[in-house]
Amino acid sequence: MAINVLKPGLSTTVQDLGRPGYYHIGIPTSGGMDMLSLAAANLLVGNAAGDAVLEAVFLGPELEFTADATVAVTGADMPPKVDDQEQATWTSFKVRKGQVLSFGFLKAGARAYIAVSGGIDVPVVLGSRSTYTLGALGGFKGRKLEAGDVLPVGAGKGAAEGRCLPEALRRKPQMPAELRMLPGLYWHRITEGAGARFFEDTWKVAPEADRIGYRFKAGQPLEFVARDQPFGAGSDPSNIVDACYPYGSVQVPGGTEPIVLHRDAVSGGGYFMVGTVISADMDLIGQLQPHTPTRFVKVTMQEALAARADRKRVLDGIAATLS
Amino acid sequence: MTTRYSFGGDEHIFVECDESMSLEAFFKGMSITTALRDARIRGVTEICPANASFQVRFDPDVIAPDAMMAELKALEAAAQSAPSTLETRIIEVPVFYNDPWTYETGQRFRERHQDPTSTDIEYTARINNLDGVDGFIKAHSGAPWFVSMVGFVAGLPFLYQMVDRPRQIQSPKYLRPRTDTPRLTVGHGGCFACIYSVRGAGGYQMFGITPMPIYDPNQTVPYLRDFMCLFKPGDIVKWKPIGREEYDQTVAEVDAGRWMPRIAPVTFSLTDFQADIDGTNARIMEALNGH
Repeated sequence: MAINVLKPGLSTTVQDLGRPGYYHIGIPTSGGMDMLSLAAANLLVGNAAGDAVLEAVFLGPELEFTADATVAVTGADMPPKVDDQEQATWTSFKVRKGQVLSFGFLKAGARAYIAVSGGIDVPVVLGSRSTYTLGALGGFKGRKLEAGDVLPVGAGKGAAEGRCLPEALRRKPQMPAELRMLPGLYWHRITEGAGARFFEDTWKVAPEADRIGYRFKAGQPLEFVARDQPFGAGSDPSNIVDACYPYGSVQVPGGTEPIVLHRDAVSGGGYFMVGTVISADMDLIGQLQPHTPTRFVKVTMQEALAARADRKRVLDGIAATLS
Repeated sequence: MTTRYSFGGDEHIFVECDESMSLEAFFKGMSITTALRDARIRGVTEICPANASFQVRFDPDVIAPDAMMAELKALEAAAQSAPSTLETRIIEVPVFYNDPWTYETGQRFRERHQDPTSTDIEYTARINNLDGVDGFIKAHSGAPWFVSMVGFVAGLPFLYQMVDRPRQIQSPKYLRPRTDTPRLTVGHGGCFACIYSVRGAGGYQMFGITPMPIYDPNQTVPYLRDFMCLFKPGDIVKWKPIGREEYDQTVAEVDAGRWMPRIAPVTFSLTDFQADIDGTNARIMEALNGH
């Protein structure tokens, strides 16, 4: 079984649950930006939660199937069509041999997850099928899809059509958005007033928002606490001696536009960070469109862990419902 | 040197060994991360050493954040007495300084640079009181460099110049980062050199280019068949200045799968280095040159 890529969409990549273990040499985890939607799509078609799917951002691909398969589309609200017949999202449907899966315009969210029964069967590289485009690693030839690509699909009979994930178990894209953040790392580098304004301001998702990181603009510049720059850091007050960047960390180069690093994060660098978006909210970032008004909400470790437990309950609920 | 601990969200702990860069700060981080690896604590998922800091990723469903923090602080206390000796290797990296490709890229992004009228190498030579491009190349390639971090992108080494502080080359990063840097550019920011392993964005000054691949996701380069990234923290690098002719020859040899880098095992002692920098470097170079 294979899928012929007729049109690739804007930036469609193969992703699974990611490639942990190589961040110490600069290879990020990659994997679906919205993991809950990725797992749900897989379970809807009868795959394991971590099988490889397609992640399509803003604009869906056009895919011709060479054999029958069960398909589900989750995440962004981007209506799938089979030979121009619209299908429901978050619901399994059949695509027959020779039929074409295409997509209508994006209505909400940013990234659709397209699961196919059997999973996208590209080679496993360093333990994962995820694409890391910057390093030309994994996925389909280490890059986003192009017209003419032929995607291998694994064997799997697929679940029945019409399986649907209840609304209560879907996390809707936020508009406006709130991202919960634990302050820390180099928080002490900015003044108390700047710290307060950082959380008060409404930021906007900038056009430079991708799998590496999401940039935000329209907030007030941060003022720094004066200091002599440490040896090796560089002269700008936002510079530090190059250090590791946590996933979700919020760096603010020049004190102007925060960048939240995501699954394809650069693993380190020389910009100070004010804190880290909590693990439970990473999925939400993957569904933010440019210009979305966004606030950062200060939380404690206890609140972060409670949110993490809530997310896990949702994931367990999805698995229980679709098992 | 005061160690500073901070949580990076609910999955990371960030440990700054020192605000300033020094080999002492690197070794402190290395001894703690080595002890942490040996301790095999359940729930630790990634250990990432950096220049003067390190980061630990953990699963808070397996080990509570406060418990993880307590484990690290205990390891720091135990690591104080760790020996500062490293069994490592010296790698010779050929560099075509002042090459046409980084020059062209530098000119394309000139309005983002501190000195739009000169080149990165001329500018850095001037602000470091070096005698032009030739004086710069001599200073840059004269002593070995220590790989104190691997990261940013896949396999990119950050390198610390093994000379006393007054002789260390320093430069600011570009005013605004470039959106393009040639693959295998030898760059510099703050006190660190780097080799860009892939083409992409970057903010470091650009001094030259190496014909020697350091990252190969397809693992067809003979010396990258075992693993796709060449460098690891603790490696020592010696730059070898080459001209256009040797650059082109080496690229052809690399493409044909025939070229191998010069690499030799070497023992590095921080204590010896602190006592006698030039003497220690001379012994390291002997290891490379087979005397």
